[in-house]
Amino acid sequence: MADVLTFTDRGIYCPAADIHIDPWRPVDRALITHGHADHARPGMGRYLCTEGSAPVMRHRLGEIDVETVRYGERVTIGGATFSFHPAGHVPGSAQIRVEVGGEVWVVSGDYKTVGDGLSEPFEPVRCHAFITECTFGLPVFTWTALPALRAQINDWWRANAAEGRACILGAYSLGKAQRLLHDLDPEIGPILTHGAVENTNAVLREQGLALPETIRVEPETRGKDHPGAMVIAPPSALGSAWARRFPNSSTGFASGWMALRGVRRRRAADRGFIVSDHADWPGLNAAIAETGAERIFVTHGYTSIFRRWLEEQGYDAKIVETDYEGESLDDAGDQEAA
Amino acid sequence: MKDFATLFTRVDQTTKTTRKVSALADFFETAAPSDRLWCIALFSGRRPRRVITTSLLREWASERAGIPLWLFEESYPIVGDLAETISLVLPAGEPAEDKPLTFWIERLAELSRADEDTRKAGILEAWEGQDRTERLLFTKLLTGGFRVGVSQKLMTRALSQATGQEEALLTHKLMGSWTPETTTWERLIEAEDPSADLSRPYPFYLAYQLEEGDDLGPATDWFAERKWDGIRGQLILRGGEHHLWSRGEELMTDRFPEFARLIDYLPEGTVIDGEVLAFQDERPLPFNALQKRIGRKTVPKKLLIESPVVLMAYDLLEEAGRDVRDQPFADRRARLDALVAQAPAEAPVRLSPNVSAEDWESLAETRAESRDFNAEGLMLKRRDSPYLSGRKKGDWWKWKVDPLTIDAVMIYAQQGSGRRANLFTDFTFAVHDGDTLVPFTKAYSGLTDAEFRRITQWVRKNTVQRFGPVRQVTPTHVFEIAFEGIQESPRHKSGVALRFPRMARWRHDKPVAEANTLEDLKEMLRMYG
Ligand SMILES: [Zn+2]
Ligand SMILES: [Zn+2]
Repeated sequence: MADVLTFTDRGIYCPAADIHIDPWRPVDRALITHGHADHARPGMGRYLCTEGSAPVMRHRLGEIDVETVRYGERVTIGGATFSFHPAGHVPGSAQIRVEVGGEVWVVSGDYKTVGDGLSEPFEPVRCHAFITECTFGLPVFTWTALPALRAQINDWWRANAAEGRACILGAYSLGKAQRLLHDLDPEIGPILTHGAVENTNAVLREQGLALPETIRVEPETRGKDHPGAMVIAPPSALGSAWARRFPNSSTGFASGWMALRGVRRRRAADRGFIVSDHADWPGLNAAIAETGAERIFVTHGYTSIFRRWLEEQGYDAKIVETDYEGESLDDAGDQEAA
Repeated sequence: MKDFATLFTRVDQTTKTTRKVSALADFFETAAPSDRLWCIALFSGRRPRRVITTSLLREWASERAGIPLWLFEESYPIVGDLAETISLVLPAGEPAEDKPLTFWIERLAELSRADEDTRKAGILEAWEGQDRTERLLFTKLLTGGFRVGVSQKLMTRALSQATGQEEALLTHKLMGSWTPETTTWERLIEAEDPSADLSRPYPFYLAYQLEEGDDLGPATDWFAERKWDGIRGQLILRGGEHHLWSRGEELMTDRFPEFARLIDYLPEGTVIDGEVLAFQDERPLPFNALQKRIGRKTVPKKLLIESPVVLMAYDLLEEAGRDVRDQPFADRRARLDALVAQAPAEAPVRLSPNVSAEDWESLAETRAESRDFNAEGLMLKRRDSPYLSGRKKGDWWKWKVDPLTIDAVMIYAQQGSGRRANLFTDFTFAVHDGDTLVPFTKAYSGLTDAEFRRITQWVRKNTVQRFGPVRQVTPTHVFEIAFEGIQESPRHKSGVALRFPRMARWRHDKPVAEANTLEDLKEMLRMYG
């Protein structure tokens, strides 16, 4: 039987439907897993995505031709049937299920298996072949449980607020920033946001997501007018001229990479919170096992190591080269991929 | 160990030195005396004897984590620290009753006398009851290398805050070959007479790098000598014995037995600061001659003949048992000249020649000749300065010669470890040899974080082939590689080995065809090897 999906230099391609999934070069018709810049790129003729992803994509890509579907809704294109299922990565994010002649493949995009309280929880989808990333595909990555994470962040905020210091927390603008907002205890103090974060907040609020009250940092905003504030900003804003308006502050990063002491020290932040919108080692392994798939394609991350591990677990695993990027600590402004 | 873990976390969670110091001072005020002593020992590189091989630790940890050993071994270089890797792969355990730091160290000593099964059970039990930070610290006790961003200076400042003693006094007390097994907190810190220890060195004074545009005033204020490419050493002659200390506070006496003869040639109560150099026919040998001697604790006779060493003396710190560090450099140097002049030619000590000049132009010319003397440049010492401790700006400067450089093509890339785990930072470079590219060096440093990010993105998209963690990339980028020296090396395909190679510049302006050739490298070997 021919493969349901193939890997081309434009992206993941479905010959039966003549469409691409998350393509990185302009194509006629693109199915998009979620709104991050490495998955939803400009220049496609038509887009198809979930209702939850469309507003952010319009916000980022401007005037585009978008059609939307609900989770679980079946769409037939040519000889293939598609459906979108929650990936738990960011609000609206999806895994795309493709069925051709009884053979089922799933493109997971980016996903995480643990709940963040905001994104639609990850839903395992049975399939024959599963396409997965493995940014954190090493046994050293295990995320902090949600209650402990909330306690760590709020304790840090409380202690600094008590001494009149602000906290600046670096997290990328779409997804991570909002789930952190959701984790904060607004009793502690005011919550300020960088413009890039607040723009995304506005889009998500518009589509009905409940986020705590936030104050946008404007050019004239002064740190001393907001004592004990929590400031959420893209990682690139920390240490920049923008951050100088909060001279008396403690800095932190929220990322899966914070599990490694060395990475945290390179970023010279006071605190590192181990939290990611990508799956950790137990998450990747559980997700793959639950698909029941025999064939696994790994796209980016520690691919050689993870593939070897999967082979030893009895899977038929292959590495495919794509243009997707894992969680990065270094993305700037709205160019961020994740 | 919870208090020690808290100290570690507090120090590790801030980049501000005042907060680190107050965390340490709190510990020195509240912990038990034996824990305080161990804390000083660990933070100053004195770790307990290694009782279990790291290969066993790796095995036990991967077994407990339910992963194959190869997967542990692949993860370790990415994390960059063995103890941290172990603490990360182990599954969460059941919290046990808290025990002090000293308890764990004694427990390890106990286990070292037990058979292997008991050791394994003991270590697994310890891991089981500890949280992640405690595990990291406990495992570090087993593997060594307690680098946690606390310099000796910070620790001394914290000790000073906690005990009310002066920093300079404490610095002196902490030097030397003590271990927590051979002393106590009371004897080391609280006792009065620190000079009782005859082998105790003085803290080294360290020079700053002279940068373009630094103005040092008239050249005549400065004493100039060559910057020798050896190992900094402090030779102590007291009580009829000799001791040689490295700058890293390591006792190197046994590695350089030839200095024992100096007891016969120099007076009792002498302390000299100088450079240990491999030296023959009145000139330094290339650095690799000395390198052969560094790695070994005892020296075979053959090596003593092949790579003899001398102490290139450049300063006098103690004369006739008296600390003379507060005398002006010119005076100390004059006394040193007189002392060394008494020694015969067969004594393994030389005076670092005075190459001072009346003006900066002449000094610049002298500096330009450095490579002819196997030297790295010039040292400038202010004639009227006392001998300070640590790195203090102003009185001692190193004025290095410009590095050698070559333009090379990047052909392989590998991900970094530890702080650079998510970036490609380790590269292999090649030069042209006819139609082929011959690899000749690796380099890891020299680029900015932004450049590393750029090259990382590029490597991901331009991988031709993978060999385990190594990626072969399309030859596209040319880098200027700077290095301090070049020598013949039959072990390398190119036939040469570089000293301190690093990426000086990313030559965006140069196409691959314009990179240097193997012939160029060989020419450099002829000139500078
Ligand atoms: Zn994403
Ligand atoms: Zn992504």
